[in-house]
Amino acid sequence: MNQSRAWLTACAIALCLAVMAVAGCNRKPAASSSPFPASNQVAGWTKSGEIRTFEAADLWKYIDGEAERYLKAGVQRVATADYKFQNKVDAVVDIYTIGTADGAAKILDSEPAGDAKSVPLGDAARLYGQSLVFRKGPALVRIVAYQESAETPQAMLDLGQNIADRLSR
Amino acid sequence: MNRGNTSRRDFLKKCVTGAAVLGAAGKAWPEQGMRAESRPLLRAAEQTVPLGKSRVVIARDAMLRGTTTTVDSGRVLSLLDRAMQSLFNVDHPAEPWKKLVRPGDTVGLKVNTLGGRGLSTNVQLVEAVCERLQEIGIKAQDIIIWDRETDEMDRVGFHTSTADNRVQCFGTDRIGYEDELSTFGKVGSRLSKILTQRTNVMINLPILKDHEGAGVTIAMKNMYGVIHNPNKCHPDGCNPYVADVNMLPAVRSKMRITICDATTACYEGGPGFKPQYSWQENALMVSQDPVALDYIGWQIIEKKRAEKKLKTLEAAGRPPRYIATAADANHQLGTNDPRRIELIELSA
Repeated sequence: MNQSRAWLTACAIALCLAVMAVAGCNRKPAASSSPFPASNQVAGWTKSGEIRTFEAADLWKYIDGEAERYLKAGVQRVATADYKFQNKVDAVVDIYTIGTADGAAKILDSEPAGDAKSVPLGDAARLYGQSLVFRKGPALVRIVAYQESAETPQAMLDLGQNIADRLSR
Repeated sequence: MNRGNTSRRDFLKKCVTGAAVLGAAGKAWPEQGMRAESRPLLRAAEQTVPLGKSRVVIARDAMLRGTTTTVDSGRVLSLLDRAMQSLFNVDHPAEPWKKLVRPGDTVGLKVNTLGGRGLSTNVQLVEAVCERLQEIGIKAQDIIIWDRETDEMDRVGFHTSTADNRVQCFGTDRIGYEDELSTFGKVGSRLSKILTQRTNVMINLPILKDHEGAGVTIAMKNMYGVIHNPNKCHPDGCNPYVADVNMLPAVRSKMRITICDATTACYEGGPGFKPQYSWQENALMVSQDPVALDYIGWQIIEKKRAEKKLKTLEAAGRPPRYIATAADANHQLGTNDPRRIELIELSA
């Protein structure tokens, strides 16, 4: 009796180990669910601060005075993080989660295009010398660089493309 | 940061470094006592402008940044001196400050850091003000650089300082708001204890900015940073809320002067920093009449909007109506009548 119980236990353990091994082999490296790339996941860019998140009710603490426009569009929250490009350019990335794609479009369309270049990124995008704004689905992304350089626009595009890819996952 | 010379660097170290924990250097000031004490100074300062006219000085320096992207400390100090001397019609850089404060005063420098890097009060300008205040006998520890949140200040270069014998630098979050509401008109707010308990004089150091709700945010709107509930004061284009906040007794009685940092300004998309809608005005605007200063600042923003072929703020549905409200019979915070504003423009 004891022998058969031990045999059954051994079989069960072996089965569990086999299942775990198979599952482990098929497991892909866990993709980060964060839309913010970590340092060096985009060439030249390092993340220089923690992600801060402000829910809709607290949006005024981050963008007091502008919050109403986002609230009317159905914003749920904004997440923001600081970045550096090649230790030369400081930038901030804001990712607003709006309720719908229409809401994100409403925000982007409410801002004068000025001398923006239209670039193929997300659902719609505008590129300026020191900023990139684009929307993808219900997300509106704003990248602002604090220094101007010849490389800044392309660097922002690279960072923006990576964020857009992450938003698709 | 581009700093002038060794002595200015030493000064910066003295001012903007220090322990990150709030010390016990602060003093409590009973509000009634402060008001009585401050009145003679305020009257003396008001007498320096022609009767019936409010003087606004705009001083510009096209070379304020040299060949860099940041403003030069030495040139900012020089620009501040020219603006202040012109406002008070005096020859020596120290003289204007003697008309505003006296040794023993605790002076709050209310900066604006909400816009983040790129569109906040420049550290170099605040250093220059601290330098002049100390030259006329204000102790370093009697100067408090402040805004709403310490973290916001830190992000734009105002590093926490609470050590003894240093200029103090921290946000209201460190000591909180009064428990009691202060009220005027439609405003009922708890005031920052930095304003009510730690300082008896306020120098306002705002930014020249477009504002999505209010139309513009310059001198008076910067006082939203002294109350606990600015989010409740945005309906109807912030009118009459901006005027009402400036009528709160502690705000009105302690305000001495506005020194507006218009080195980088914003004509659209404010109050947050959006480089595509910002420009380098390389100017300081100074006045003891916040309404007149706001009126002139509004005109500068309108001029830039016209250059960029944008609608006027009126046509865009957001004229800054609170400026007229602040000048009305119920408020009398200053004048918005251009005939009663003496505008002096200086260029380097």
